[in-house]
Amino acid sequence: MSPTPASSAPMVEVREAHKMFGDLHVLKGVDLTVRPGEVCVVLGPSGSGKSTLLRCLNELEVLTGGSVRIEGELLGYREDASGTLHRLHPTAIAKQRSRIGMVFQRFHLFPHMTALENVVEAQVQVLKRSKAQARAKAVELLERVGLSDRMDHYPAQLSGGQQQRVAIARALAMDPEIMLFDEPTSALDPELVGEVLAVMKDLAARGMTMVVVTHEIGFAREVADHVVFMDEGVVVEEGPASQVIDAPTHERTKDFLAHVL
Amino acid sequence: MSAASSTDPVPNRIHARPVPRPGRWIAAAIVVVLAAMAVHALVTNPKFAWDTVGLYLRDVTVIRGVGWTLILTVGSMLIGIVLAVVLAIMRRSDNPVLRSVAWFYIWLFRGTPIWTQLVFWGLISVLYPTLSLGIPFGPEFVTFETQTVITAFWAALLGLGLNEAAYLAEIVRAGLGSVDKGQEEAARALGMKESTILRRIVIPQAMRVIVPPTGNETISMLKTTSLVSAVPFTLDLTFATNAIGNRIFEPIPLLIVSAFWYLLITSVLMVGQYYLERYYGRGTGESKPRGRGPRTPRLGRQAAIKASGTAKDDPFLEVTP
Repeated sequence: MSPTPASSAPMVEVREAHKMFGDLHVLKGVDLTVRPGEVCVVLGPSGSGKSTLLRCLNELEVLTGGSVRIEGELLGYREDASGTLHRLHPTAIAKQRSRIGMVFQRFHLFPHMTALENVVEAQVQVLKRSKAQARAKAVELLERVGLSDRMDHYPAQLSGGQQQRVAIARALAMDPEIMLFDEPTSALDPELVGEVLAVMKDLAARGMTMVVVTHEIGFAREVADHVVFMDEGVVVEEGPASQVIDAPTHERTKDFLAHVL
Repeated sequence: MSAASSTDPVPNRIHARPVPRPGRWIAAAIVVVLAAMAVHALVTNPKFAWDTVGLYLRDVTVIRGVGWTLILTVGSMLIGIVLAVVLAIMRRSDNPVLRSVAWFYIWLFRGTPIWTQLVFWGLISVLYPTLSLGIPFGPEFVTFETQTVITAFWAALLGLGLNEAAYLAEIVRAGLGSVDKGQEEAARALGMKESTILRRIVIPQAMRVIVPPTGNETISMLKTTSLVSAVPFTLDLTFATNAIGNRIFEPIPLLIVSAFWYLLITSVLMVGQYYLERYYGRGTGESKPRGRGPRTPRLGRQAAIKASGTAKDDPFLEVTP
């Protein structure tokens, strides 16, 4: 992957993000910039706040302090001329979310719908596409993730890797500007990890902007334009994979890599 | 599989004698004898007056009673289901006023006997002789006489429906609560509105937890309608058969007539429940992918519900008045 020119405007811009869960300070002032077409991999030990950061990028968690901008648009709030923030109506937030695709560790496919219906549902309900249009798009995407022969299967009849690929197709069906991946291969049997990573690599090659929380160091090294290492709610180190993974400067990064490699 | 042949894939197939279990045969024999005695006692005792049973099974008043009982059952369950969904959603609300009102309603209607409630609804026109539409605490526009609006039938229907709503609300709440939080999150991440999430994602999945106890409640309601004499509403099956029994001085055969009809309707309801459960259990079995319309074996479905660990196993959910 060749790094995108630094001049392009950021797709995601996180400034001074703080998140408290009660008394627990999970994010302690995180800054993050992701440029269009960039693949950003977030690494870090459990409890470092990386998943929380990702969930803040589409308002599944609401920041306690700081801001998230997607393509310059403030997430969750409207700022008036005097600089006062006004919370957006849930419908407006839902609209913002529809532009941001998310893939979960445990897939969260809708179990009462077939693979095809899973991919069709939000296109019809949210984007108001016609059934035929949504179906055509779903068929195309399921073929792309290699599941053309599994469209009429319910999630319970699919392997973990197949379910995760349906989940990716479901998110892509919304034509998102950015895709968020929350440990997409952590719940998979080892032999099924490869098929999901292959789909993600293909997506990266097509120029999708991606933020990926993962423990797959190999994937990070191969695909990431930008690697962020987090620990205890702060970004410890960031830069290209060749730097953060192969020549880490911080003790904590070295320590973590020694454990996972 | 064929045992004794050269094509047996298991060359050393085990042919052992089963464990002798004489107890099973003895137990079966005892039960069969007891059952035969019970049937004999039913058939030969002239006091059951089977000819009278046959005579009144299709009596006009009895059939009409069956009709009214069905109307009361279906009507009160419909009132109950609609109100229960509203109450369950209120109990999940962020608004503390809505939450507490729903809690209070359930507390009140589950905490008092259905008989008491039915008598109360029957007396409503004594308590409030007139009903009116208008501005709360302000002027009234239209006024009705309570007696003409809430007749015995409506009092019975309301009494049963409002009581049932309290029980069903808890069932619906448990059902909504049984759906994995990740489902809501995934739907939200796709940009769905809260109302869409509830309608398209949460409720369809909650149904597989809600339907079985609701079927149970419907069967229970069928028989609870026999209490409407408390209102008093006098056209239902139990009142009709009791009245005939008292008139002809033969209460026992008429009890059998009513029992026959209740059993028949219950059996029909059980068939309906089976198909409803199968429909809402789709996607949770290991069955073949569907062509059109789901078909899932129940065993796989139950196993999936258990395996998911999401269903609440609360024995008090199915307790009826």
